[in-house]
Amino acid sequence: MAQRVLMKGNEAIAEAAIRAGCRHYFGYPITPQTEIAAYMAKKMPKIGGVFLQAESEIASINMVYGAAATGMRVMTSSSSPGISLKAEGLSYIAGSDIPALVVNVQRGGPGLGGIQPSQSDYFQATKGGGHGDYRMIVLAPASVQEMASLTIKGFNLADKYNMTSMILADGTIGQMMEPISFEDAEIEVYEKPWALTGTECKRKHNVVNSLYLKPEELEVKNFERFERYKLVEENEAMWEEYMMEDAEICVVAFGIASRVAKNAIVAARNEGIKVGLIRPITVWPFPKKALAAAADKVKGFVCVELSMGQMIEDVKLATSCKKPVSLCNRCGGMICSPDQVLYSIRNAQKGEF
Amino acid sequence: MAVVFEKPKTLADVPLHYCPGCPHGIIHRLVAEVMQELDIEGKTIGVAPVGCAVMAYDYFTCDMIEAAHGRAPAVATGIKRCRPENIVFTYQGDGDLASIGMAETVHSAARNENITVIFVNNAIYGMTGGQMAPTSLPGQVTQTSPYGRDVNHCGWPIRVSEMLATLEGPEFISRVAVNNVKNVNAAKKAIKKAFQNQIDGKGFSLVEVVSACPTNWGMTPQQALEWVESDMLPYYPIGVYKDRSAAKEEK
Amino acid sequence: MAKVTFKTDLCKGCGLCVAACPKGLLAIATEQINAKGYSPAVMTNEEKCIGCAFCATMCPDCVITVEK
Repeated sequence: MAQRVLMKGNEAIAEAAIRAGCRHYFGYPITPQTEIAAYMAKKMPKIGGVFLQAESEIASINMVYGAAATGMRVMTSSSSPGISLKAEGLSYIAGSDIPALVVNVQRGGPGLGGIQPSQSDYFQATKGGGHGDYRMIVLAPASVQEMASLTIKGFNLADKYNMTSMILADGTIGQMMEPISFEDAEIEVYEKPWALTGTECKRKHNVVNSLYLKPEELEVKNFERFERYKLVEENEAMWEEYMMEDAEICVVAFGIASRVAKNAIVAARNEGIKVGLIRPITVWPFPKKALAAAADKVKGFVCVELSMGQMIEDVKLATSCKKPVSLCNRCGGMICSPDQVLYSIRNAQKGEF
Repeated sequence: MAVVFEKPKTLADVPLHYCPGCPHGIIHRLVAEVMQELDIEGKTIGVAPVGCAVMAYDYFTCDMIEAAHGRAPAVATGIKRCRPENIVFTYQGDGDLASIGMAETVHSAARNENITVIFVNNAIYGMTGGQMAPTSLPGQVTQTSPYGRDVNHCGWPIRVSEMLATLEGPEFISRVAVNNVKNVNAAKKAIKKAFQNQIDGKGFSLVEVVSACPTNWGMTPQQALEWVESDMLPYYPIGVYKDRSAAKEEK
Repeated sequence: MAKVTFKTDLCKGCGLCVAACPKGLLAIATEQINAKGYSPAVMTNEEKCIGCAFCATMCPDCVITVEK
């Protein structure tokens, strides 16, 4: 049996990143993700890596941009207001087609919001955040184990598709401790002929750039990029199905909300309600096929979110609004209780969405 | 006959997009000559700014990256921390370095990042059509200070070299100009030192190059160089503002 | 004896070389137009050129090669 260690979610991300080969971390303090920076500050100097506290989130993401351009595995982490500041760099990194890993341990918003857990950056993560046509691979862990394994997966996918992978976590999983194992982690290695390493006067210079002043060139760049995104959508969507075999009601939830939902589903099953869960593990690409298939067999969906209802739009799109979808939510740092979810499931069973 | 002057091979054989008489071309050439003379082209990585020099990545033959507005020192930090064996420089204008990117400038200097910064100060935003810059002179007429820069309304121009020289961090801070042959030659020496410092591992070296913008100043190229002498240099005096190694040697 | 050659098609006719020449040997050839549409700089009296390269030093477009 694989060796297991007890770790905090945020520390699991940091340790997994190191195991994935990340030796350069650039960040700026913000609650509730501070343990990632603290872990890196302690570990990196001992393994020949670099931890650097930048002067701002903007500087740190631009350090990541420069560092990623050298072909190294690099990362930054932050929480919601900090991610807004990083949006500039996210757009440049996407426009330059280089890989990076960015962690968002979400807190309530908008504005300075609060420091309690939230999922209200779903739109920002999956629909943009920065300017321009671009996507990020967005991985939503629901356990400390996934904080680790999706971090490693995130690095692999970023390198595979020359994209940013974002870990869309929340304050609860970030602060939670659970036993985890690193032993199954597979590190993939990809060639990076575009990397800035110095020409050694042996090749034409490499240029990492997102500026295309000729509109026909910029359009072609975007077309090419979206061909690549299409491959990601076809090949990389990840989700978990729980008690879906005979389900008449489908709960959809990601991250910490999915764990609350699972408790409610067990309680509902005890009442004889046939209910299951689809948990997107990648929220971009969204597991559209799983949702579309479920729409053909269930009566309706209950979307459980810690926001005013953001993923619910993707659920409706993926199911072509074939079946009704209700929203069961809390926000601002509050978390749904299993009873609240159970109440929504009962209503759905009665046909009330 | 021997060639005494020709275009350096480290400057790509393409026409520069700059306006007629724009000293960016001179400063590009100086950087390229230094790269060639120090034989570092193959290991240099340059960071282009946002501004008139945005397409510098097309001109230097070394590896290049295009940074967001003001972020070049942060991007350079990321590169240098990953590849300390490479030579990393930024090439930035006054809006980029002294306005939107001031935090990145100050903090990379404070950290003594072992990078070279070429700071072109021509007291105006050139690329966007001549708006007031953080270094526009009091009374200077620009598109966004059409009645002249009123310091009571929008503050005073910033002397970047003097300010950075107050920091413990940086190794070398120097201001030069490119308004005549003598100053151009002196500018090259300073730029060479700024790169040599990096090779020697000495740390953050910035050369502020007082330059001109004939187009947006509304002058002929020669008049603009004369205005550098008569108006710019009195406010931005040429000189070495910090040279830690030289100061140590004196002691 | 020195020689200056111009990559005329790169010249933007800014005149900085003309002002820099200590012997006053360069001029803008207003009757000519190069590929970029500018009137380029030309040498008017090569025999007097001392090969100081002041012109090339001030040229923003690397138009000038100097031999000596």
